[in-house]
Amino acid sequence: MARDTVVKASKGVRHRGALAVFLLPFGVLFVLFYLVPVLYAIYQSLLTVEREGTFGPAVQVFGGLTQYIAVFQNGPFWESIGRVLLFGVVQVPIMLGVALVLALLLDSPLIRGSKFFRLAFFAPYAVPSVIAAIMWGFLYSPNLSPFTAVTSNIDLLSADAVLWSIANVVTWVYVGYNMLIIYSALLSIPQEIYEAARIDGAGQLRIAWSIKIPLVVPALVLTGIFSIIGTLQLLTEPQVFQSFSNAVTSTFTPNLTIYSTASVPNISLAAAMSVVLALTTFALSFTVLKFTQRRTAE
Amino acid sequence: MTVSTETRALRTQGMKKPARDGGIRESAVSRVVAMAVMIVATLYFLTPLWWLLVASSKTREDFTSTNPLWFADFALFDNIAALIEYRDGVFIRWLANSALYAGLGAFLATLIAAMAGYAIAKYSFFGRETLFNLILGGVLVPATALALPLFLLFSQTGMTNTIWAVLLPSLVSPFGVYLSRIFAAASVPNEIIEAARIDGAGEVRTFFTVATRLMAPALVTIFLFQFVGIWNNFFLPLIMLRDEELFPVTLGLYVWNTQVSQIPDIRALVVIGSLLSIIPLIVTFLALQRFWQSGLANGGLK
Repeated sequence: MARDTVVKASKGVRHRGALAVFLLPFGVLFVLFYLVPVLYAIYQSLLTVEREGTFGPAVQVFGGLTQYIAVFQNGPFWESIGRVLLFGVVQVPIMLGVALVLALLLDSPLIRGSKFFRLAFFAPYAVPSVIAAIMWGFLYSPNLSPFTAVTSNIDLLSADAVLWSIANVVTWVYVGYNMLIIYSALLSIPQEIYEAARIDGAGQLRIAWSIKIPLVVPALVLTGIFSIIGTLQLLTEPQVFQSFSNAVTSTFTPNLTIYSTASVPNISLAAAMSVVLALTTFALSFTVLKFTQRRTAE
Repeated sequence: MTVSTETRALRTQGMKKPARDGGIRESAVSRVVAMAVMIVATLYFLTPLWWLLVASSKTREDFTSTNPLWFADFALFDNIAALIEYRDGVFIRWLANSALYAGLGAFLATLIAAMAGYAIAKYSFFGRETLFNLILGGVLVPATALALPLFLLFSQTGMTNTIWAVLLPSLVSPFGVYLSRIFAAASVPNEIIEAARIDGAGEVRTFFTVATRLMAPALVTIFLFQFVGIWNNFFLPLIMLRDEELFPVTLGLYVWNTQVSQIPDIRALVVIGSLLSIIPLIVTFLALQRFWQSGLANGGLK
């Protein structure tokens, strides 16, 4: 974390006015568009709809944890959580592993043209998820695909395969971004550290394994946590894939479940699901952070 | 920070030297393997984009009947013309909307975040750390989780289906505040602020005339990532907007793509539209790479 060197106020000069100018715009917007929505979602999740008789008017009343009990009994919601967890367990290590290997190669003296490769790998990050999903959807479709050798043997859009086809889209978009973060961390390692290893006759593989990788663990943890958050929030790619594959149901991922629940409309149940999803995300990120901190401390 | 920038400068200057040095020890085999990995990765990342370019240049008949990875009759400009003419140029309208949401949104978000980050770095005030930690917590809140409650709030004020519903929430960049704080702490020396004070410049003026210049790489980085974030945003416009005239290009292409089974001809427009919608982003990234690469390096992980 940055250590700030605060400018001391010159005698008699107060900076209240300036501070207000600097902080208020962000503060007001942050409250309105971050804090209020979060609190509002929690508030909504505590409401429930009551009717007087079957045809009576619907009234929202305080329902305590009613919606949360409904969430815990909601099979499709938990199936969708299970699905994205499975997705994350496979996809996140592969994506970060590839990103790490590419970053190490870019940082090694083994390759030429590193500037070209860096931009080529990063280019997919400039492609919006919607467009990436549409593009890969075409590439997976047997009648359009250039990879007919694959698509004529495996139906990449079938119920068994579509989760992994989506995983490939996500990997394609985000490897370059993660690679750049890891690569930046590698660049900030002082060269002198390698001198001793070179004198000892260590090869590039040995230097990568024993010096570079341990030093970029913080970068890996950071990218790992953002990837976990992204995985649990998966929405755009499966939403687009609904046009290509019937196997992507309206409860395929937690966010799709929330979206379809909200459009029933069952806003309070959707809000409770959002809160549960956010807490799950937070718990997972926190566990990863603690687990890796202990590992590095040892 | 300065140390790491210097090392990087030294390393880029001396790039050739360690390479030759290593050449004695690194076997030809590891070089070949390394280059092979890089080439395979390049093919993986660029083939889909190449396919999109080739597919965009084909006539409707050639699209399904010729080699998907090589050009046939070159009809790129005809396809672009067809896209622009379709439904009175609605696609151009979408592109303009995206440019407005992403351009204006990212510009204001950068300015607002830079002021907040600068204030947190350079002034001491009550609750400074608490405020910063709260903002950091905001970095972890995903945009998709906020979209639904935002929709409910906007619908109570009757502001859904307006440009404000998309523009206002995208003005908040907690990550931008984080990056600005780190960068302001590292690159705006206190002596300069004090000198400006002695010269009689007000605090706000000092920020705009002096600090913003010193923080430029961070500001470009924040702008760029916010720009991409807004341009790529899909869920918020999806639930906020009903009126096609207000759609950003991602939402418009998504809607077209869902109509392909009813209107097969629209598929060609989806393909050429996809290509045109990513070109502005790729060009922006290439043009500004010097800035964002150093911004990412300094802000990423310190």
